[in-house]
Amino acid sequence: MKPGRFEYVAARSVAEAVDALGAAEAGSVLAGGQSLVPLLNLRLARPDVIVDVNRIPELEAAGRGNGAARFGALYRQRWLESLSVPAESAPLLAEAAALIGHVPIRNRGTIGGSLAHADPASELPAALVALEGEVTVEGPAGARRIPASELFVGPLTTSIEPGELLTAVEVPAHVEGDGAAFVEFARRHGDFAVAGVAVALHRDAGGACTRARAAGCGLGPTPVDLSGAVAGLVGQSGLDDDRLRELAAAVAAGVDPPDDVHGSSDYRRELAQVLLVRGLRTAWARAERGR
Amino acid sequence: MTMKVSFSLNGEPVETDAEPRELLVDVLRDRLGRTGTHAGCEQGSCGACTILVDGHSVRSCLMLAAQVEGCDVVTIEGIGSPEGLHPLQRAMSEHHGLQCGFCTPGVVLSAIELLETHPDPSRSEIERWMSGSICRCTGYSGIVDAVSAAARGRVR
Repeated sequence: MKPGRFEYVAARSVAEAVDALGAAEAGSVLAGGQSLVPLLNLRLARPDVIVDVNRIPELEAAGRGNGAARFGALYRQRWLESLSVPAESAPLLAEAAALIGHVPIRNRGTIGGSLAHADPASELPAALVALEGEVTVEGPAGARRIPASELFVGPLTTSIEPGELLTAVEVPAHVEGDGAAFVEFARRHGDFAVAGVAVALHRDAGGACTRARAAGCGLGPTPVDLSGAVAGLVGQSGLDDDRLRELAAAVAAGVDPPDDVHGSSDYRRELAQVLLVRGLRTAWARAERGR
Repeated sequence: MTMKVSFSLNGEPVETDAEPRELLVDVLRDRLGRTGTHAGCEQGSCGACTILVDGHSVRSCLMLAAQVEGCDVVTIEGIGSPEGLHPLQRAMSEHHGLQCGFCTPGVVLSAIELLETHPDPSRSEIERWMSGSICRCTGYSGIVDAVSAAARGRVR
């Protein structure tokens, strides 16, 4: 028996889950469990109460409305990569999800769990930052929305308060002229990427760029917003090599990646440039009208 | 504090005691005596403990036993029999896909989900799908050959 002792609550509603979290001293939410359970097995996490949210069907919903694509926190990563709502309304999330672990991991892993876990090397947090998405959390004081820019505060640390439950994720729904791409480098398929870059841009009917955003994973203590480096694309109608070189240099100057056994800081800085250029080229082509 | 957990195991209803902190893989092996599911890395990396829950492949080392209340669980004991191998098991044998055999139960259940959802997978689809089973032996091509052969047998 590997995990330490805890009380197990299979919540049947959001209210029940919030109550159970509120009553706990150090409660943990069990969604897909693909990050939490390894931590329990290694006893790196020792919660006194585990609140299992897998029996709350409303957290599995997905839909599109009011210009947004909305996913319940329990929406599985496998659904993100294989079902039509994400493919049509949030293709960046679909592309990012397909890069997470392996099929049995994605069958359980959830969008909300991945965001709340906030591993700086993981894909969905970077995608949420690139898309300027937001999450809804519910707690004893009611519901509140947290934009991606305020959600990630450190490695495995978010601005979600103890006692709050992440219930939904929203991103602007994909429209014609949007182009997005998630590119990463990993030594083996399914491993955590050494580094990755998410790009989301928009081109108008004339082909000119009207919005360009990017974010990286594996490049810092949180997903790193690289949008400052690509802002110069707005107003441009072409992607020439000189401009891409300038953007890449701006990214290199703006990141301070970690140094570890998987790659040196310099190596990751180099990767960030290469991946950004690849991501921009792909997203730019995908934003072409009539594609 | 133990609790009762009831679910379907390989088509038969079972009820077992389990502590909340007991992993599904440990309850299958130690309380229910189904030792075909192997505990390898016990942190979700190796894939040896992969089983099917409600038709989907999952790591049984990353689920609490309490979570399968009311679920349909299939382990390697529910696939074929020594006298009547599942076509995929026969293909694994014919194509030398077993190697040391430790990860094979998880490999077979992963591949069964693939064949249920992708009746005619390409070689690269098989490679990507099966990438979740990385154990100690090398030489994964026999596994890919076996899955490919089993799929073709089904198409034909």
